[in-house]
Amino acid sequence: MISAGTNGADIGRGASVTLSDLEKTYDRASAAPKDVDRVSLDIRSGEFLTMLGPSGSGKTTTLMMIAGFETPTAGDIAIDGKSVVAMPPYRRNIGMVFQNYALFPHLTVEENVGFPLKQRGVPKPERARLVAEALELVHLPGYGARYPRQLSGGQQQRVAVARAVVFKPRLLLMDEPLGALDKQLRENLQLEMRRLHADLGITFIYVTHDQEEALTMSDRIAVMNDGKVAQVGTPEDLYDRPENRFVAGFIGESNFLPAVVRGVENDVVIAECDGAVIRALCPGRPASGEKVTLTTRPERLRFADSAWIGEQMPQNCLSVTVTEAVFAGERCRYMLQAGDGTSIVLKEPSSAAIRRRAVGERAEIAWSVADTILV
Amino acid sequence: MSEVAQPASLALAVSRPQTAPFDWRRAVPLLLAAPLLLYMLVFYALPVVAMLLRSVNDPSWTLSHYATLFDDVVFQKTFWITFNTSVTVTLGCLILGYPVAMGLVRAKAMAPFILVIILLPFWTSVLVRSYAWMVLLGRHGLVNEALLALGMIDRPIRILNTPLATQIAMIHILLPYMILPIANALRQIDPSLIRAASGLGSTPFMTFRQIILPLSMSGVAAGTLLTFVLALGFYITPAMVGGPRDITLSMLIAQQVDQLNWAYAATLSAVLLATALAILAVARKLPGVGNAFRTSMR
Ligand SMILES: Nc1ncnc2c1ncn2[C@@H]1O[C@H](COP(=O)(O)OP(=O)(O)O)[C@@H](O)[C@H]1O
Ligand SMILES: [Mg+2]
Repeated sequence: MISAGTNGADIGRGASVTLSDLEKTYDRASAAPKDVDRVSLDIRSGEFLTMLGPSGSGKTTTLMMIAGFETPTAGDIAIDGKSVVAMPPYRRNIGMVFQNYALFPHLTVEENVGFPLKQRGVPKPERARLVAEALELVHLPGYGARYPRQLSGGQQQRVAVARAVVFKPRLLLMDEPLGALDKQLRENLQLEMRRLHADLGITFIYVTHDQEEALTMSDRIAVMNDGKVAQVGTPEDLYDRPENRFVAGFIGESNFLPAVVRGVENDVVIAECDGAVIRALCPGRPASGEKVTLTTRPERLRFADSAWIGEQMPQNCLSVTVTEAVFAGERCRYMLQAGDGTSIVLKEPSSAAIRRRAVGERAEIAWSVADTILV
Repeated sequence: MSEVAQPASLALAVSRPQTAPFDWRRAVPLLLAAPLLLYMLVFYALPVVAMLLRSVNDPSWTLSHYATLFDDVVFQKTFWITFNTSVTVTLGCLILGYPVAMGLVRAKAMAPFILVIILLPFWTSVLVRSYAWMVLLGRHGLVNEALLALGMIDRPIRILNTPLATQIAMIHILLPYMILPIANALRQIDPSLIRAASGLGSTPFMTFRQIILPLSMSGVAAGTLLTFVLALGFYITPAMVGGPRDITLSMLIAQQVDQLNWAYAATLSAVLLATALAILAVARKLPGVGNAFRTSMR
């Protein structure tokens, strides 16, 4: 079978990766749920795909199966349309950056970076040239003679990246490569990873549990939960149109409003929530009377009497009581309570022109129907 | 009292008063070890020194006992046999022990079982084990019977009382001293390094050559030294299963003591001790080995 991304001319510099119903159970004897459960993903040539999920959600295991260090219990992995499940890791030609970098402590930086070339029988002069080039690429020229222990964490990370790309693989896997670094350095290196991705044009599969990192770096994100893919999409897709409660809660902050469906009208669900009619976007067609949860982002709620509210979009409205008000510099954060007891968070950009609400005050809040999602 | 409670760094920063009170806490470890130290002094150090002194003051102060070694054919042959046996046994232990150490480190559920098998020799007396080897290697022993049954030989061959028997028995006894330091070094290799090597295109054999072997060298060095130095001083095993003419230094020493030739025995002992210490001293200077000693002894 030849799939769209793999026929002839449009093979880019990056590999396409297809995971089909990939499964892994480490301990088959136990009744525990599968560690990776029917993961299907189509990763396009040259894409920067991030697997994002909490610890234990199966990200590393999935990556290890792609690299070939773990054998799937079921399902298939195809790289450029060819199944690689039976291929040992050393024949897959995949670059990999480990969380702890896994630099060889007894080899110098040069020897570490040259290692994959040596395994491929690249002659010495050629090797030296490619190693120098790779160190240049990660901004570490002149460090070749040092040993890994003589480098800082950030420098070690760069060496690991250089070593993973020096043999020009078409696919680079990275397992929380910035996890061990401090915040400042992490932000710098995030930008560098993006640059590297643009320069090399190869496919990146990147694993992280840091949603901000995922949102800033990725073309697409696959959110993982309990071994399953909860949703795949662009950062905007995931943030603006979460498909389920897990994604809505894991990426950014969300309010969840219990509601009962009253009808559907051109992809807009009309639901009743605390006595008010709320409209929400929904790709499906929930039945009338069904109990559902609506979600909306705290920064997209407004107090209805604020002067600058946009009028062009249909609005949802709800009466609430202020239970907590916190001034946090650039934003004011309010905890509100609806009549049915539901807690709602509202974030308002702080401005001297906006009146602060007091605790106990009653208020109307409003927000756009486009920012209301049924999950 | 208040100065004593200060952290050491602070106490150092403050200029020391001239009459610092004696810090009893520092003396505690020494006091706790004192009974053993005393015991070792009286029953080990003093006798050893007394014995070694005999090589230079029997009957009066002289170095003649050492001088005669230079043209003592028996000594030179014995020294050579001892050295040769130790090298062979150490190599045998290394070749047999390294794969076992790898197996031990990789085994999961089986690991405690393998460890017990490796350590069994530790818990049996050398004498008993040497008798066992006599039974196994004898003319009508298990080994000869098996070889006969397999048709590989048509009459029993002589194994017992040959250098080969000594080497086989000594390798058996010394294997744990080789395996454990190597296993210890292997265990400290981060498994992600092996994955990384594989992911970077290295076949299992290439990974072994370029990553596992170099990173376990500290353990190999420690095991080799330990085995070699212990092999130098072996007495019971070569005496019981070895050839009648393959005399090792320790056998020669025992022989001389039997003949009440104390000065000669003491001289040989001094040479044996000096050889072992010299090897340790040189080895500690090799890069990585001193370090290996510290970690494998932990
Ligand atoms: N080598 C292993 N042996 C047994 N179970 C494992 C192993 N590695 C991971 N697991 C289990 O598989 C699940 C997924 O783990 P992992 O892929 O490491 O998650 P993540 O990388 O998302 O934190 C967890 O429940 C974890 O306990
Ligand atoms: Mg992980």
